[in-house]
Amino acid sequence: MNQSNPETNRDRPWVFRTYSGHSSARASNELYRTNLAKGQTGLSVAFDLPTQTGYDSDHPLARGEVGKVGVPISHIEDMATLFEEIPLDRMNTSMTINATAGWLLGLYVAVAERSGVSPDALKGTTQNDVIKEYLSRGTYVFPPEPSMRLISDMVAYTVEAIPNWNPTNICSYHLQEAGATPVQEIAYAIANAIAVLDAVRARGDIEEDSFPRVVGRISFFLNAGIRFVDEVSKVRAMAELWDEVTRERYGVEDPVLRRFRYGVQVNSLGLTEAQPENNVIRIVLEALGVTLSKRARCRALQLPAWNEALGLPRPWDQQWSLRIQQVLAYETDLLEHEDLFDGSHVIEARTTELVKEARSELDKVLDMGGAVMAVENAYMKQSMVESQTSRTRAIESGDLTVVGVNAYTESEDSPLTADRDLSILQVDESAERDQIQRLETFRKQRNAKEVEAALQGLRDGLSNGSNVMPGSIRAAKAGVTTGEWTDTLRSIFGEYRAPTGVSTRSTSLSGEETTRIRDRVHSIAEELGRPLKLLVGKPGLDGHSNGAEQIAVMARDVGMEVVYEGIRLTPGEIVQSALDEGVHAIGLSVLSGSHELLALDVLERLQNSGAGRVPVVVGGIIPDADAQRLRDAGVQRVYTPKDFDLTRIMGEIVDVVAEAHAGA
Amino acid sequence: MRRLLGRDRSAVPEALNLTDDRRSEQRARALAMLDELEREAAFPGPPRVGVTGAPGAGKSTLLDAIVRQLRQRGETVGIAAIDPSSQVSGGALLGDRVRVRSGSGDPGVFIRSMAARDQLGGLADSTRAVVDVMAAVFDRVFVETVGVGQSEADVADLVDDLLFVAQPGAGDTLQFMKAGVLELPDLFVVNKSDLGAVAQRTASELSAGLGFGQHGDGEPREVLLASARDGQGITSVVDSLDALHSRQLTSGALGERRRRNRETFVLATLERRYGSFGIESVGGADALRQRIQRREAASAYGLVDELGQVIEAELAAAQK
Repeated sequence: MNQSNPETNRDRPWVFRTYSGHSSARASNELYRTNLAKGQTGLSVAFDLPTQTGYDSDHPLARGEVGKVGVPISHIEDMATLFEEIPLDRMNTSMTINATAGWLLGLYVAVAERSGVSPDALKGTTQNDVIKEYLSRGTYVFPPEPSMRLISDMVAYTVEAIPNWNPTNICSYHLQEAGATPVQEIAYAIANAIAVLDAVRARGDIEEDSFPRVVGRISFFLNAGIRFVDEVSKVRAMAELWDEVTRERYGVEDPVLRRFRYGVQVNSLGLTEAQPENNVIRIVLEALGVTLSKRARCRALQLPAWNEALGLPRPWDQQWSLRIQQVLAYETDLLEHEDLFDGSHVIEARTTELVKEARSELDKVLDMGGAVMAVENAYMKQSMVESQTSRTRAIESGDLTVVGVNAYTESEDSPLTADRDLSILQVDESAERDQIQRLETFRKQRNAKEVEAALQGLRDGLSNGSNVMPGSIRAAKAGVTTGEWTDTLRSIFGEYRAPTGVSTRSTSLSGEETTRIRDRVHSIAEELGRPLKLLVGKPGLDGHSNGAEQIAVMARDVGMEVVYEGIRLTPGEIVQSALDEGVHAIGLSVLSGSHELLALDVLERLQNSGAGRVPVVVGGIIPDADAQRLRDAGVQRVYTPKDFDLTRIMGEIVDVVAEAHAGA
Repeated sequence: MRRLLGRDRSAVPEALNLTDDRRSEQRARALAMLDELEREAAFPGPPRVGVTGAPGAGKSTLLDAIVRQLRQRGETVGIAAIDPSSQVSGGALLGDRVRVRSGSGDPGVFIRSMAARDQLGGLADSTRAVVDVMAAVFDRVFVETVGVGQSEADVADLVDDLLFVAQPGAGDTLQFMKAGVLELPDLFVVNKSDLGAVAQRTASELSAGLGFGQHGDGEPREVLLASARDGQGITSVVDSLDALHSRQLTSGALGERRRRNRETFVLATLERRYGSFGIESVGGADALRQRIQRREAASAYGLVDELGQVIEAELAAAQK
């Protein structure tokens, strides 16, 4: 028997993190220090949507979003507060930041230097993957070309100045969330990494000898789903394909620099609102998928909390998830063994199959001109919307079992959710006001001349093709704000809107229920005098558009005329569009938690434009108490993640249109 | 009606809903409104421009750049955007078009998306009505269609000028030439000129393929290069549209085209309604055209009504 000795052979565990941040830099700093004291070994910063999309906390688009899905960072003092009493030279910090990644890294470097830490001592990751923002997550700002330039600027800068930094974390995470199959996930993530590396190579300012080091700094960010045998194989397949690409395409000889390095956030969107205690089991199984195989084990792991489908998790909920990691790493014998699957016929066969299929899909994208082209022509997006559509329909039909949702739904009362509104975190409503006050004070105290000079320097640098980083660090030190930095870039690069991918060919739906709904859609069209027209709107800064896209596709397939204009619209734009387009109903999707403010704003504007009768339905992660308030204010229906039956939702939309029409 | 004639934007949505309404009472009201609108409209009124091209050529982005340019010049713009319907469900996904922010939220821009409701990709009956309503209120009206084929010919019959957006890369240009679709457009724009040589090449191939003197006035049709991405050439596209329009106005070609479009609309509507048998019952298409030409003061909508009654009477007589 080859029983390993835990004292000598135990592998070092992955970095334990929890994706967190909320309300304010001060509150988040306290949370981070508490989490570190509990044995967390790295930080994962969640920024709020205004920070991610480059607006100061007092910008009109930021209203209701400040401190909601993460911490608001408007300037250097916010950043300094966020890391107060945390030794940056010993910390491994991951920042989920993309379009404004250069700016947030600039602030991080400026804060480090202020506390006497040299940049080359910093360790961590900026997510900085804009391609997947176009495809799924939605916090992009600039068009593809300048976005790729910003990413390659950061790669070029960090490889010399912050050698232990991962400047970009290529995300297949959000591709899975958007519906990608394992093959699509592997192929598109690698296509994306190739787009970044090709862009860096095309710059011409990096020595050929240094290029392997650049390749070595590319890391990935993966999702781990519930089909954990497939997940083990997926990760091994990605490692294999990455090794091949780095060797053949980029000629990297050192195997260390060809390693497939990745972090993981276990699937959050697959967590269920029904019987949420089952999510703990899901999280454990999903964590196994990315830790079991030593050769393809993650470098860092973040586990969601069991109640994320209900609302924001409390510190206790996050602690429970951290404890899962600690039990897995410290109590079990997992870290004492070599790779468990080497020589497994099943895993190896599945891995080979995935590599083969992914390689052919990757070639397809590369033949098209690469990942950027496949974003602009919507190829990748459409493929994923199609995959997602078949997935949601399989859940609806029961072909795909989700325990507690479409099977085994009977349940005793859960003591964990006896009071639903107490089983999630309540965000302090004064957070936004306080943040804006601090911002105003900061603006008054800074040196206006230095700010203007720094912004001019940034502008000049961008125009003459210099690296964006030095100018950004200088701007951070001078007291420039997040909104000012981004506006400067916007004025040069312009803004972008990605294809929604929903204009795919119609899938033929069958089934009694669907046919019945389609007949009702057609018969109400007779009463209305014209086809039922629905506006699907995503107000606010939240870019998670999968839900809205699925609703839009389904509504089209039951015979409605659907107007869907994509993400990040203001309530004013949505209402103008609803009026101009002459729609019969409006469906709003908000996942950032600011549903109340945004939905009420839409209702009020409709009322003021004399269209108060147009019915509004809202979908999102909406706690019961909020849902009641929305209904009281006039929202006709509220949908949450437990409403997976899109056909039923379609039927109800026809109902509310019929009611509104009868009352007219 | 008063509000439309007073160019009140807020009256447009309701008027458009009415033109789309199939209930008999609403239909009668819509026809009365359109009849009056057409008879009250001063000539020439706002330019009516069709925008067409293959999927992926960047029509929406180019149109968006043009609209932004027009807004800077202070013009208001109405856009009728037409998408195909699903043949299975009759449903349609609309609005996935204006990719860059400019229109929404700006009251100077009005967008109505519509489904092309017949299965061949032809335009909905009410498209002309939408254009007429928009022309009453906005300084310029665009009709954007997806793809080519029947819808392109239909759009040409609705507008003063048809702008064709071509994509760099020669393959599809050849296909269009084979299909004969290149005879219809009045202006060509090769988009994505930032791609450089390949765009240049497409532009020269197009110019060579077009021949000369296609306009009534003997002027060659222009092929322009533009890039919606970096804004290059957008000003010349707008200038060319303006120049084209004023040349057509001076030469009388504009009036001629509007008359022809009016005839085509009346004939096509009657034919859809009564079939070729109905048309033959009053002496055939040429005879009908002459009748339409004689009734210069009547609106297209009034004529459909009037001539429809004549055809119905003939058909009823033939039955006996």
